[in-house]
Amino acid sequence: MFGSLTERLKSVFDSVRRETRLTPESVELALREIRMALLEADVNFKVVRAFIDRVRDRAVEKAVLESLTPTQQVIAIVRDELRGLLGEGTGGLPVGSDRPQVVLLLGLQGAGKTTTTVKLARWLQGQGRHPLVVSTDVRRPAAIEQLSVLAGDVGVRVHDPDTRSDVVGRAESAVTLARSTGFDVVLVDTAGRLHIDEGLMDELERLKESLFASDLLYVADAMTGQDAIRSAGEFNRRLGVTGIVLTKMDGDARGGAALSVASVVGVPIAFVGEGERAEDLQPFYPDRLVSRMLGMGDVLSLVEKAEQVVSRDEASRLERKLRGNDFTLQDMRDQLMTVKRLGPLDRLVDLIPGMGQMASGLPDNFDPRAVIQTLAIIDSMTKGERLQYKLINGSRRRRIALGSGTTVQDVNRLLKQFVEMRRLLRSVGAASGQKKKRRARGHMRHGLGFPMG
Amino acid sequence: MSLVDRLRRGLRRTTDQLFGRLDTLTSERRRSLDSGGGPEATASIDTLEALEEILIEADLGVVATNRLIDAARGHVDGRDLLASVKGELCRLLDFRPMPSGSVPCPKVVLVVGVNGTGKTTTVGRLARLAIQEGQRPVICAADTFRAAAVEQLRVWAQHVDAEFVSARAGADPAAVVFDAITCGKARQCDIVLVDTAGRLHTQVNLMGELDKIRRVAGRAISGAPHETLLVLDATVGQNGLHQARKFLESSGVTGIVLTKLDGTAKGGIVAAITADLGLPIRYIGVGEQLDDLLPFSATDYVDALFRSSW
Repeated sequence: MFGSLTERLKSVFDSVRRETRLTPESVELALREIRMALLEADVNFKVVRAFIDRVRDRAVEKAVLESLTPTQQVIAIVRDELRGLLGEGTGGLPVGSDRPQVVLLLGLQGAGKTTTTVKLARWLQGQGRHPLVVSTDVRRPAAIEQLSVLAGDVGVRVHDPDTRSDVVGRAESAVTLARSTGFDVVLVDTAGRLHIDEGLMDELERLKESLFASDLLYVADAMTGQDAIRSAGEFNRRLGVTGIVLTKMDGDARGGAALSVASVVGVPIAFVGEGERAEDLQPFYPDRLVSRMLGMGDVLSLVEKAEQVVSRDEASRLERKLRGNDFTLQDMRDQLMTVKRLGPLDRLVDLIPGMGQMASGLPDNFDPRAVIQTLAIIDSMTKGERLQYKLINGSRRRRIALGSGTTVQDVNRLLKQFVEMRRLLRSVGAASGQKKKRRARGHMRHGLGFPMG
Repeated sequence: MSLVDRLRRGLRRTTDQLFGRLDTLTSERRRSLDSGGGPEATASIDTLEALEEILIEADLGVVATNRLIDAARGHVDGRDLLASVKGELCRLLDFRPMPSGSVPCPKVVLVVGVNGTGKTTTVGRLARLAIQEGQRPVICAADTFRAAAVEQLRVWAQHVDAEFVSARAGADPAAVVFDAITCGKARQCDIVLVDTAGRLHTQVNLMGELDKIRRVAGRAISGAPHETLLVLDATVGQNGLHQARKFLESSGVTGIVLTKLDGTAKGGIVAAITADLGLPIRYIGVGEQLDDLLPFSATDYVDALFRSSW
């Protein structure tokens, strides 16, 4: 998601790295590039200026310029300062002292409050909590229905009292219901409003006071431009925002608004929304984001993601398979399904250190459609064929191609890749220690690219 | 209330924030000239930097900002500086109306955009505009994905009293569009307004779905969709340019609708979009009422923006 910003910064650092000695002039040149990159990523103008000034002050110090590794030091300074912009914050939604804990979701029209309400409820359920959601959006036509349908689809309990026009009344009755029936969190979806709409901002103040809401999450579109700090700042000034949820991060927004809002408004980013499914909401971790922005990868996120979708049993079964000599097309299919469950490949690649570069060099190899095609081909094989690939002769290949809507060439290519993979896996299984690791990396390069050719 | 008045009312905050500052800037500049600093050959670096800051904060983006600043360079007097910025903005945003050949009946207008920009509301307002012009619109609810999107649009259709065609949730949007066009033909309506589901421009398969809608529409009536409007939220930053480019590539966008201009956001990215992609802005949304959608006119827009200044 921060791809472009990362690339810009990387090329700046690459040119800085080539310099054996840094001069104030070369630092200045790099700073100008960094400034452009940040501005194009929608980081607020004032934030950029202050950021550049701070980096300059620290970078041109004698100690830095004359140190043995000046470029490394400059990069470290940039990382520190970026990290500083994002503020302290652990991500997620801490358990409050109130029962029920009342959470308001606020923001401009179209930021994604209703979707986020349901995603957050799902996330809380995953934490073992019992959320109840209620809509107070009595203004937008069918907003209440939207929440009911979304929540119903994923098994989140929604409260929809008959009072269709009383904003505070709707929320209060939800809190009362929660208290009497044991829900420990109430998520209140609010109508989208402009931060300069006095009447509607008053309404939020009333809502906050009458509900004793402890958490106020400001929902912001990651694609927002320079105006982000103005609207978020005003919501915070009037209501005291406790956290920010950045939505639509699955697009190609560079997310500069995240940096601006966190640093200017001083409110930590609690969650990021990265897709249309109810599961696509992640707690936000500043450290991981900064590493990711600087192209250092985010192994922690990857490991967590993998743990979510691959059970331990499955993993050890797969490992036995990989080590043994009986890797079949069926296993390849299972593996692909696992990879698919992890999410879009291109997003996954972002998480692996160094892979970002590799992927940009081989864009076609990471075409997610190719995975689907490979699955279609394997799905068109008989059970026997999947377990014993040698069965697949010319006429079977024609049948498989027809069945999967591909060509015989596609089937041939897949089989060739499969044989190659088997060979590789055998060598991995036989090898050990350092050697194994090196091969495994080679396998990763071919492996993640295998179905694509 | 006249069109320009309404435009100005909606844009007042934008004007105050953006061009109020420009005004201060230029008058300060003039004062310094009046106080006998002696005319310099070019606008000072400070002035240009301040101008750059203002334009970047209005989300025009670095490229469009540089273009405007290059135009402003070389002018000494404050009035000239402002006039040249204004002239350049106008030149960027102005476009010739599309050649109106034989008017297709019904005319099919596709409304597309990323999630949450205001497509559904815009469709309701376009229907209202059409009715005010004496046309009979059909509203087509092709957003079968977002929960309750159809109900939301149904309410708008009832408000403005337009024909309404929808299908159950999860139905094929292209089929709904086909039905709506067939309905429009049978009832001799003038215009079919199609609301589509919000989609991020990076989602290849959803962009493909738009392509299918276009193909099916073209089969229902030749040349359809006759117009494809991309709805952009005025708060959007540089990503707006990516959005416009991707939607232009995959669904042949013919014009922009800039919504939510009644906030403090300026929607300056449209300057970059028109400069880079040549896409005209067709309408702007300046409020929450049904008739707060106005046809875009570059001169009125820029005039309204600068009115408080001069």
